[in-house]
Amino acid sequence: MKEIIKELTEAFGASGSEHGVRERIRQRMAGRADEIRVDPLGNLIAFKKRKPKKGVQARRIMLAAHMDEIGVMISHVDEKGFLRFTRIGGVRPLSLLGSRVVFADGTIGIIGREKPEKRDEFPSLDKMFIDVGAVDKEHLTRKVGDVAVFMRPFSDLGQRLTAKAFDDRIGCAILVQTAEELETTPHDVYFVFTVQEEVGLRGALTSAFGVEPEVAIAVDVTTTGDTPEAHPMAVSLGAGPAIKVKDGGMLAHPGVKSWMADTAERLGLPHQFEVLEGGTTDAMAIQTSRAGIAAGVISIPCRYVHTPSEMVDYDDVQNAVKLLVGLLSGPADI
Amino acid sequence: MLLRELSEASGVSGHEDAVRQLILDAIKDLVDEHRVDTLGNLIALKKGTGQARRKASSSRRKVMLAAHMDEIGLMIVHLEKEGSLRFRPVGGIDPRVLLAKKVLIGDDSVPGVIGVKPIHLLEPKAREQVIPVNEMSIDIGTSSKEEAERLVRLGDYAVFDATFGELGGELRTVKGKAFDDRAGCAVLIELLRDTYAFDLYAVFTVQEEVGLRGARVAAHAIAPDVAFVLEGTVCDDIPKKRDISPTTTLGGGPAITLMDRSVIADRRLVEILVNTAEKNDIPYQFKQPGLGGTDAGAIHLSREGVPSAVVSVPSRNIHSPACVLSLNDLENTVHLMHKTLARIHEVDLNW
Amino acid sequence: MQLKEFLKHLSEAKGVSGYEVNVREVVRDEFAKYADDIRVDTMGNLIALKRGEAAPDSPGRSIMLAGHMDEIGLVVTKLEKGFLRFSTVGGFDLRVLPGQEVTVHGQQDLPGIIGMRPPHVLTQEERKKVVPLDHLFIDVGMSEEEVAKLVRVGDVISLQRTFTELANGLVAGKAFDDRAAVACIAGCLQHLSTMRHSWDVHAVATVQEEVGLKGALTSAFGIAPDIGIAIDVGHGNMMGVSEVDTVSVGGGPAIGFGPNIHPRIYSRLIETAKSYEISHQTDPIPGRSGTDAWAIQVTREGIPTGLISIPLRYMHTTVETLSLKDLERIGRLLALFIAGLDEAFAQELGLGDAQA
Repeated sequence: MKEIIKELTEAFGASGSEHGVRERIRQRMAGRADEIRVDPLGNLIAFKKRKPKKGVQARRIMLAAHMDEIGVMISHVDEKGFLRFTRIGGVRPLSLLGSRVVFADGTIGIIGREKPEKRDEFPSLDKMFIDVGAVDKEHLTRKVGDVAVFMRPFSDLGQRLTAKAFDDRIGCAILVQTAEELETTPHDVYFVFTVQEEVGLRGALTSAFGVEPEVAIAVDVTTTGDTPEAHPMAVSLGAGPAIKVKDGGMLAHPGVKSWMADTAERLGLPHQFEVLEGGTTDAMAIQTSRAGIAAGVISIPCRYVHTPSEMVDYDDVQNAVKLLVGLLSGPADI
Repeated sequence: MLLRELSEASGVSGHEDAVRQLILDAIKDLVDEHRVDTLGNLIALKKGTGQARRKASSSRRKVMLAAHMDEIGLMIVHLEKEGSLRFRPVGGIDPRVLLAKKVLIGDDSVPGVIGVKPIHLLEPKAREQVIPVNEMSIDIGTSSKEEAERLVRLGDYAVFDATFGELGGELRTVKGKAFDDRAGCAVLIELLRDTYAFDLYAVFTVQEEVGLRGARVAAHAIAPDVAFVLEGTVCDDIPKKRDISPTTTLGGGPAITLMDRSVIADRRLVEILVNTAEKNDIPYQFKQPGLGGTDAGAIHLSREGVPSAVVSVPSRNIHSPACVLSLNDLENTVHLMHKTLARIHEVDLNW
Repeated sequence: MQLKEFLKHLSEAKGVSGYEVNVREVVRDEFAKYADDIRVDTMGNLIALKRGEAAPDSPGRSIMLAGHMDEIGLVVTKLEKGFLRFSTVGGFDLRVLPGQEVTVHGQQDLPGIIGMRPPHVLTQEERKKVVPLDHLFIDVGMSEEEVAKLVRVGDVISLQRTFTELANGLVAGKAFDDRAAVACIAGCLQHLSTMRHSWDVHAVATVQEEVGLKGALTSAFGIAPDIGIAIDVGHGNMMGVSEVDTVSVGGGPAIGFGPNIHPRIYSRLIETAKSYEISHQTDPIPGRSGTDAWAIQVTREGIPTGLISIPLRYMHTTVETLSLKDLERIGRLLALFIAGLDEAFAQELGLGDAQA
């Protein structure tokens, strides 16, 4: 599974430019689903048809993981060929300074800053710029609207893995692996790889309207409280996939929450409960689609979210796959 | 000029009636059907001619063009015992632009002025401070609450009292209020004079300035395959010390949105707009990414999603009583949209 | 049931956003007396249908009344040495939390106190600041081991406050926002049971309003009513707040006007109040109303929406205060408005032909 994770995290796919990620997932899902389509906004929807099972009521279940990652877009090219930029999603100046970004065609950019008024002053984004090493404006190939993402390879640290864009390629990898391991299911399952989560859960909103599920599970990352002097939070790396109770945007359906917890206990899988004070996931948009959908989230504990080096625990990832396979194999009566 | 009438009409978000009537009169003979929905959107259908040279499948496409009728303004929320009126902004108004402006209140256009304490009576420090809206009031000349009640009702809307005018020059500039988005309305009306192969839904929306409310329900009702939003947008091309983006430049041609806070424009639609402009020698520019939001924010998320783009007429001093735009830009926007719509069937909407 | 009694039951019931089970049963018992059908949807909204007697040749029209039954509350984020760290569900004013009594909904309901460090041990500087959320903790008075058995991360916590009668028909308590509206809707249904009305009435006690108008959004989509009226609370006149920003407690229903409200629904409510001599006031709202009305209006192809606010002091505290008289007036106004709904009014709203 590490191979899938490496391939997906290293792919280029800022919100609105998910093409490369989508094509890699499309290839990997081929043969693992009965039907694959892309909706008008660019969400990839892979459908796996139910195989009726005695005593189990078939449900329409949507699984969602987002393909997009945060990034930057060029907003102005100055006279000397330096590039001013705006953020795509929650890019923080703190994570940009000193890092490199890469454009879709492989062009590398360095993040520079204006001279600060005070020595240790931290710059806002409008005081920063990208330098692609062009000797003058004539030799510059970049233009307003070009998009770049963090440049950072995947690294296997053994038990722990680090990469850019675990948010939410790790969710995508988990969905692909679940489709691989799930031989049959009594439910109609839609594996939805969404677009534009980082700019406002946009793909989830439209795909949920199209899929019209009864039950939905988003798979995404959550922050942890297990690093030095972290914000008090009970989630830690390696303690199992986190079952969301609440985040900044939604309250998980209590029935979905219990369904996940009961299944994890039945299968003897480690798990933890999550209350995230800020941020949210695709499940927020899905929950209020049409007349309401029973929605919950399986979160992968992840340190340093929205930096070039996010970190997850490999057991948590594999246990999330096992939990999903378990959930999709039995009854889903919420 | 229709733009003059559009600009001078009152239509604060939630009370767009006068603008709607004006537009209805202008378009009713140009469209096959029209209706007003329950929020107040004017929805007109111009049926496609579906000529043989177009592919049958693409001529059946529904294309939605939207421009919003509403403008930012004020709402009267309290009548003071002394006869002055307290108000709150409707939509995003910079309080610094309000001082010493003339306003027109309610359907009877009662004149009033937003008063300000003379600078002579201020402490030096106070001269540098921005006065918040909740400390301002409108003087309509009345001296008691009872007298004020005869002219104004609680909840009445007020707009800037601003006349449209021509400034001239090479750019053929004009000034007036509410170019956001009466400029877009003017472009859309102009586009209805032509015929198209596909079914064109022209929507003059309400309540954009308070949260893209009209566009949302109109898009749900129409369920279009593609949408273009026509806007009047920010232009910040006054001289600055720093080499930073002017957002758009007056006279630089129609401004195409790549990404703003509400939408990432569909790249395929951006491509055909750019390609059409270049083929036909129509000037164009990209609006500075990352700023503002438009009806496209609501439309592209309707139902299963709608590929959407935004094309705008640059306007200086937007959201003020004295916006400035170039008629060249406005005409080029019509031209670009017209040429683009004529070949919209070339866009492959499959990913 | 008497209005006051019902409000007391509602106010003292538990029902933090997303966990409205307990209060929903209180509402169900009351609505069931007047409804032809009652159901609970996926999100947990309670939807009671009272059928109208439509004339045979007229299309079946319906109105949705929405009042939210959820209340703001707290949620456990972490267990620490037998104390509970917590976060908020909905918009809490941190200043009112120290010293409040709560109920922790763990494996069983546990009484608890929101504790803080005593002022004696703090510096002068620290005492001047509002106690930040991460310095507050809940004490259930049990050992670390006992707490670990009974409480889990994610358990919700509701505030504890008994209903109090003040002078002049005013009452104080928690969660009047927006259970007082649910009481008004019950009052409306009670009035309607002795009146004739041609439109179907969907009385909805919505969920999760405090975390983003979610119950109204989904229930309005599911019901697809011809018109909707939200009943919520508005800031009542109180010490230290300008009357520009408030409505008068005891001044009757505050009838909303502005972009969020269909102008004809506003004017019909005013006309109805005037002709039946019900004290009322106009509440101009220049944009986002922050109520269920905001969600209902833009549902599907758009729904003509009205908003009636109950004047209420000290919103989002445990001593919200209102006038019972205002509640009675709102129930009566709603019933009279509904009884007057006919096809001519539907056409005035631009509704066209009703859906099948």
